Amino acid sequence: MKTFIGRTLAALLALGSVSTALAEQFDDGLAPSYYDTFKGKKVVFLPLAMSFDLPQVWAKAMETQGKRLGYDFSVRDPNWSSDAGAQALTTLITEKPDLLVVHNPDMQVYARLLQRAQKEGIPVIQINLKSVATTDAYVGVNWYEVGLHQAKMAVDACSPAAGKSGKIAIMQGTPTNPNNAITMTAIEDTLAQHPDIKVVSSQSADWDATKAHAVASTVIKQNPDLCAYVGLWEVMDAGVAAAIREAGKTGAIQLITNGGGQKPACDNIENGTFNGYVSYDAIGQARDLTDAIAQVLQVKATPGSQPYGIYTPIKDISRETMRANSCWTMEDVAAAPF
Amino acid sequence: MSASQTEQRRGGFKLTQENIVFFIALLLFIGFSVLLPGFFDTSNLLSLVQNVAILGILGIGMGIVVIGRGIDLAMVATMALSTAWTVALINRGFGTGEAIGLGLAFAAAVGIIMGVLVAYVEIPAIFATLAMSTVIYGFGRLALVDLDVIYLPDNAIWLRSISNSFLGVPLPVIWFSVLAILAYLFLRFTKWGRYFYAIGDNRAAARITGIPVRPMTVIQYLISSIIAFGAGLITASLLASVNIRVAQSTMVYDVILVVVLGGIGLSGGKGGVRNILVGTILIGILLNGMTILDMPFTMQNIVKGTVLLIAIIVDSLANPRDEQTAQQGDI
Repeated sequence: MKTFIGRTLAALLALGSVSTALAEQFDDGLAPSYYDTFKGKKVVFLPLAMSFDLPQVWAKAMETQGKRLGYDFSVRDPNWSSDAGAQALTTLITEKPDLLVVHNPDMQVYARLLQRAQKEGIPVIQINLKSVATTDAYVGVNWYEVGLHQAKMAVDACSPAAGKSGKIAIMQGTPTNPNNAITMTAIEDTLAQHPDIKVVSSQSADWDATKAHAVASTVIKQNPDLCAYVGLWEVMDAGVAAAIREAGKTGAIQLITNGGGQKPACDNIENGTFNGYVSYDAIGQARDLTDAIAQVLQVKATPGSQPYGIYTPIKDISRETMRANSCWTMEDVAAAPF
Repeated sequence: MSASQTEQRRGGFKLTQENIVFFIALLLFIGFSVLLPGFFDTSNLLSLVQNVAILGILGIGMGIVVIGRGIDLAMVATMALSTAWTVALINRGFGTGEAIGLGLAFAAAVGIIMGVLVAYVEIPAIFATLAMSTVIYGFGRLALVDLDVIYLPDNAIWLRSISNSFLGVPLPVIWFSVLAILAYLFLRFTKWGRYFYAIGDNRAAARITGIPVRPMTVIQYLISSIIAFGAGLITASLLASVNIRVAQSTMVYDVILVVVLGGIGLSGGKGGVRNILVGTILIGILLNGMTILDMPFTMQNIVKGTVLLIAIIVDSLANPRDEQTAQQGDI
């Protein structure tokens, strides 16, 4: 019986594949060449690490798109080591994939390798952090804009004109990281226009929630009338949130943070842990990225000759502006078309 | 019996590293109290201790191993992965008790494996634990948890409550104090505790005397791993999340720092809980003062490094190395 079912299934499958092979793409003048472009192409993704939400979302999207369009997609995971990443990149240049998608650890470390890849004829798309080297496409957030939005939220929440103390504190990650540096520049630029806002503390916690907790608990005790904490990454800011909760100041101290907009963020906005959230909407970025892949592979320009950017439209989320679809889950990503 | 204790019994004051570090800590404490408004304030002092409580707890575990002339470089990895697994299990619907039991079993297994590698396979502790730290992280990422950051669900109520406060004192401070007292009593008054000193002081002699050197070594790593798991649970409770990337951070060096800074020599057989407390408090005062001063990150690193160097320089001037200590072969 089993073999019978097996054979029937096999026969059906064979029929199916024959029928798809027979189905001709309707020729609208573009579609057949569009689909042909991707057949047998090799796209490789070099993330920072595969163990956090953003690269998982992007990789899932590329995997889905790869299946739909018939290109081969693979990931080289350097697990936070830029040395391992540079090595992988060097190997990839000799392997000559058709497209590289690179998530930079900082602005310098891969710059020369990216240029070399392009010289060797491999187009490169960078995601979420642009290297000093400009390549075929940059898809991702403009960190300066994130800083502007966060600073504006803090100013709006704390302006003495609205009867608030005007005192804010900032929790930085690692000051030498470019996204940290760029975001901070934006915050400083904004605050320069608002001399009534006073930064009582601007400390670094190395993206570590434990350190952030230690610093924030001290700062909150030193400044009983603190109005807002601006943090540069939601995961680290869990520590700031814990310090605010311990001090019994939930709601009294506004916590303004940023992140990729995964579900726990919205939960935290809902329960009052985060009061303002600048989301760079990783699922939207995933769509931008897959579109960029389709474009770069179709246009077939000399690598690096026609660079362009797709800067993520960022979303400000607060309890008032939150909607059912403000955040996403991995299930949403898996179910979404790319 | 450490040199400092002998000296103090005789009624003399010797410039031991512990005394030097204590003196620096005292100076900083007085200086900050006078100069920084808000430093000498009960709530600030409590948060000062709370902020180094986890470091101190890990320091006690590390101290116990170092006294037996070992080192546990896998402590932070054990802490991160065992707790991350516990929290992941709770997220998957396990009861808090079951999840903690499994996490504890994982930490204990890690400790026993390390102990066996060091005691029976006779791999130097520094290599065995360094390698284990990578193995724990890799295995954890592969088999136990698939994300760097795991959030504690809202329904894990009592796990959340272990970092609340009791009569205004943050519970982590109380856990730290309780553990310090237990470790003190253990090292000072139990047979096993005295064995650790004997093994650390002279392993061969301890063995000839009939001390079960190998099983005791296994027990040391078991203790440090279980303490690491406890520290992890408190952190998870406090932050309502676990970030396994600490396993790859430099945190384990901070732990070694508070141990060595307080005067527990890496050559083993010396020091006690008091040394760890002194080291921890110095780091706590420094960090707290620099935070209040809103000192930039790089500047903080320079200050921290300088204070440590001063402590080491004064120690090496006050207690020059002689042939005997040189032969002990510390790391």
